[in-house]
Amino acid sequence: MLPDSHAYRELGRLARNPREFFRSSKGSVELWVNLLVITWALAFMLWQGAGFAITVATIFAIWAILAVSLNLVVGFTGLLSVGHIGFFGIGAYATAILTSDPAYEQLRTEAIPTFGWPFFAALPISIVLAGLVALVVGVVFNRFRDDIFVLVSFGFAIIAFSVFLNWRGLTRGAFGIHEIGKPQLGGWVLDSETEFLALALFFLALAVLISWLIVSSSFGRVLTAIREDEKAIEVFGYRVVHYKLAVWVISAMMAGLAGGLFSSWTSFIDPNSFILLESILLISIVILGGLATIWGSLLGAMAFVLLEEGMRFLPFLPNEFIGQARQIVLGILLVLLMLFRPQGLVGRYKL
Amino acid sequence: MEASGETTTERSTRSRPGSSSGNGAPTTNGLALLELVDLSVHYGAVVALDEVSLAVRKGEIVAVMGPNGAGKSTVLKAIMGLAPVVVGNVYWRQELLAAATHEIVKEGIAFVPQGRRVFTHLTIEENLEMGCLYLNDKAERARRMSSIMELFPILNQKRRDLASQMSGGQQQMLALGRGLMADPEVLLLDEPTLGLSPKVVKEVFRKVSEINERLSTTIFVVEHNIKGVLDIVDRAYVLDMGRVVHDGTPHSVRETDILTQVFLGKASER
Repeated sequence: MLPDSHAYRELGRLARNPREFFRSSKGSVELWVNLLVITWALAFMLWQGAGFAITVATIFAIWAILAVSLNLVVGFTGLLSVGHIGFFGIGAYATAILTSDPAYEQLRTEAIPTFGWPFFAALPISIVLAGLVALVVGVVFNRFRDDIFVLVSFGFAIIAFSVFLNWRGLTRGAFGIHEIGKPQLGGWVLDSETEFLALALFFLALAVLISWLIVSSSFGRVLTAIREDEKAIEVFGYRVVHYKLAVWVISAMMAGLAGGLFSSWTSFIDPNSFILLESILLISIVILGGLATIWGSLLGAMAFVLLEEGMRFLPFLPNEFIGQARQIVLGILLVLLMLFRPQGLVGRYKL
Repeated sequence: MEASGETTTERSTRSRPGSSSGNGAPTTNGLALLELVDLSVHYGAVVALDEVSLAVRKGEIVAVMGPNGAGKSTVLKAIMGLAPVVVGNVYWRQELLAAATHEIVKEGIAFVPQGRRVFTHLTIEENLEMGCLYLNDKAERARRMSSIMELFPILNQKRRDLASQMSGGQQQMLALGRGLMADPEVLLLDEPTLGLSPKVVKEVFRKVSEINERLSTTIFVVEHNIKGVLDIVDRAYVLDMGRVVHDGTPHSVRETDILTQVFLGKASER
């Protein structure tokens, strides 16, 4: 159970005394939001059938890991980073390069180094690599805050994308990397959609658990205090830069994990998956769900994926418009949200 | 002025050649707990403190008073390592205080910043805990919490409320309590009554006095509210244009017309 959400308390109130609950509408918006998104998700699954629902659920799990990890930095610590997609990309490329099939790679004209590692050996390396890059970047970024921090993190996203696109000897640039390895446990290859979903959900649960342990510890308390008043906290005996750096690295490692899962799942990646727009969408998910709430990030990711995937089937739109229409709808939704519910679906803080 | 600066400033350990106090060494012959010797702080071209020397003895309540821009808050910032000290030294228990800002609280100096700066999204309890969360000893933290709750019944009543739900006066009590959680030998208070109503101001001063008596905490307070603060202090320094223009007992401050002069802008002409 996620104790950071009011929704559970609200649900408890509803169960104990329904009449009283409906009379006092205060706070119950959250419950309705929860019910709406979850019902919507279930309806979507029933409507689309198991096959597509499993795909959508896997996309959800990967976005949710990203959103939960980014919320540690943006929501709990108050560092508005739009560069998170860079760490996602580093994880994805590391896993791709380490696990891509050497036999297949030899047939290609543009050679990249191949290792043919198993997925579960490559994943920890991807995570550590994302963490190491975050450490180096974080040491520099620690000097900045507020608007300037947003700008430098923006710069990081651009640089990361440029590296993915232009370091062709390693990433094969725009051609992308094919035949990325599937997870394997002993002789058991997790190559079906269902198996992969189970794996992704397992890692999502792990990310949620780690986040929860962080935010409910005294370390998390200091992070919250940093968000509120970074300058005051130093006089109470805390080295602010260490705390910010630590949470930044942990968050980047989780994004690296999501990247590794993503590249193995799609088995092909190219730089287009790691453009700045994805980072903006990710920030939108975190804000949509609510800052500084883990449950909010899960709910935000779910609502986002349902919108994104669900709108493929809008009957009243011609096919050629649907791609663009999705982004317009998402944009309008965000504007409406900021107007009427700036704290997000289940959050308590405004940006 | 804000309660803290942009960066932690390295203190100058140089002593001023030919300084009146003998190369910037402590002057009070072992009496002072906290002492500033010939301290100058410049913000760019602006001289915030100009060769200020002052001392706080164990168990005292000492005030620094003066008009806006006199450099009052800078005195505390300089102690906390948050102001760009050009020359001069801060001595703590007769030794040069060279700790970084985040280490100072562990030395026994707690700072209650201007404007209270409580964490509004945390509960009272959580706010108090921030005062000594650097301690790993949970039992000790709990012990301190209960003694603070005893000292501030209002905090105990509202312990699970968010700090944002408290009034200004209650937030000031919370800020005091949070500072005391570090179990400090000296408590630095920066304008503790700023923006509070006269009735609440009295309560705050009464509480400060009580802290001094009950916990024998030394208190060094920067205050613009002359009338209230003179009732509780043992000694006071009057600051104007970055210089100490008077020091002595509250009685001596009241006797002279120094306050009228500094608040009407005449002291610097003396």
